[in-house]
Amino acid sequence: MSKTISNKKHLEFLSGIKKEKRNIWIVQLLIFLSFFSLWEIASKQGWINPLLFSSPSKIWALFIEKVSDGSLYIHVVFTLGETVLGFILGTLFGTLLAALLWWSPFLSKVLDPYLVVLNAMPKVALGPILIVAIGPNFGSIIAMGILISVIITTLVVYTAFQNVDENYVKVVRSFGGNKKQCFKEVILPACFPSIISSLKVNVGLSWVGVIVGEFLVSKQGLGYMIIYGFQVFNFTLVLMSLLIIAVMATFMYQGVEYLESKLIKHHS
Amino acid sequence: MAFLQLKSVGQTYFSKTSATTALEDISLSVNEGEFISILGPSGCGKSTLLSIIAGLLIPTEGSVLVNNQLVNQPHPKIGYMLQQDYLFPWKTIEDNILLGLKLRNLYTQEHIQSAFRLLREIGLDHTIKKYPSELSGGMRQRVALVRTLATQPKLLLLDEPFSALDYQTKLKLEDLVSSTLKEHGKTAILVTHDIGEAIAMSDSVIMLSSNPGRIFRTFKITESLKNLLPFEARQHPDFSATFQQIWEELEQIEQNDFE
Repeated sequence: MSKTISNKKHLEFLSGIKKEKRNIWIVQLLIFLSFFSLWEIASKQGWINPLLFSSPSKIWALFIEKVSDGSLYIHVVFTLGETVLGFILGTLFGTLLAALLWWSPFLSKVLDPYLVVLNAMPKVALGPILIVAIGPNFGSIIAMGILISVIITTLVVYTAFQNVDENYVKVVRSFGGNKKQCFKEVILPACFPSIISSLKVNVGLSWVGVIVGEFLVSKQGLGYMIIYGFQVFNFTLVLMSLLIIAVMATFMYQGVEYLESKLIKHHS
Repeated sequence: MAFLQLKSVGQTYFSKTSATTALEDISLSVNEGEFISILGPSGCGKSTLLSIIAGLLIPTEGSVLVNNQLVNQPHPKIGYMLQQDYLFPWKTIEDNILLGLKLRNLYTQEHIQSAFRLLREIGLDHTIKKYPSELSGGMRQRVALVRTLATQPKLLLLDEPFSALDYQTKLKLEDLVSSTLKEHGKTAILVTHDIGEAIAMSDSVIMLSSNPGRIFRTFKITESLKNLLPFEARQHPDFSATFQQIWEELEQIEQNDFE
């Protein structure tokens, strides 16, 4: 008797959760739809300058046109490739540098003020120098994507390395493990969560680096489309590129979150 | 011939402003198969002493010998068990108990099988594919014991291994650890601040005074208690008399510190 009651209560509880989830989803959809409808109406009615703010229907038409003539594809692939490469290399180099600092406390003390300065400096300002040094090509865009994320990654991951519970290292050492084994068995796996979370930050940062890089040098890519649209005063093109970037960045972030759920199931 | 020998071991820590002597003139010898406890107030350098015997810390004075061999790095015949289990949460129970074998280059079928046998002996072979987070505190500490024993050390160092557990689990684990170690003929040094635990588990109790840590007195546990399991020993009439005696000694240490 009491079991059926508790079962019933449980079902009510579950349907409560379901209902809340659905309501959240409905409100989210509503916000989305009203934003774009309002934008469309405001543009049609002349409440906002249609030349400057374009309208969803014009952006959509341009999007269809660009997709069907195949010119959009190459831009998207180009920018996406640069960003992925930038953030993976940025995270990788950052982690390697952090490992080096962990390995040599002396080096870490020596480099400390330099890292602080480099971190505080706006990396985007280095753009012109990169272009002259590497050349106005793919390479300097990637370099920008890396540069913008590598220092912050180093700092975050190194701090995580330092905060690993010393007793885990003690376990490995009591079994005669050397420094390399301590790193491999304890430090690195213990810090996977921090490395993944710096990966999350770097997704955003690399988009900044790559888009700015494309502003400066590129003849291809979404950043190029934005700067071109701006030069010819075609703001429909600018806004379309912006929306595509937003969608891509979201997917990439979701991808990293998926990776996170796979990799760090057992870190508690 | 004593299995483990400490010859006037001393340890001093240096900082910018001061030099602190944590241990001074510790000399003792432990025979093979003996179980001794080190008892003392907190801050008397018990854990430091254990780190020195384990070879993790080189003492500033004196030396440690195992089988007449100088210990100046983690010795293959010494196993160390910490206050908490410190199982690696990202490794399965299997990988956790085989960690020592990998690090010690003992990763042979024979050693692996004997590690699995140990896990079965303490009744946890069903957890082999699980992760530490799926186990209770007592189970985790038992796995940590298997991990330590897997490399087949002769001497076991136990650094308050039951202090993080609830009382019931602690009593059960005392029995389990005590009988497992006896069965395998291990020598053990237990560091604790729990008088009852020290009496119930060991053959002799060494009391340290603090600031700096020095050997204050060595207590031989009576034969009547020695051969009992810890839980049985706690019920024995001789237990409370010994407890009383050690209690008074500890009071005296504290008084000496005060003056």
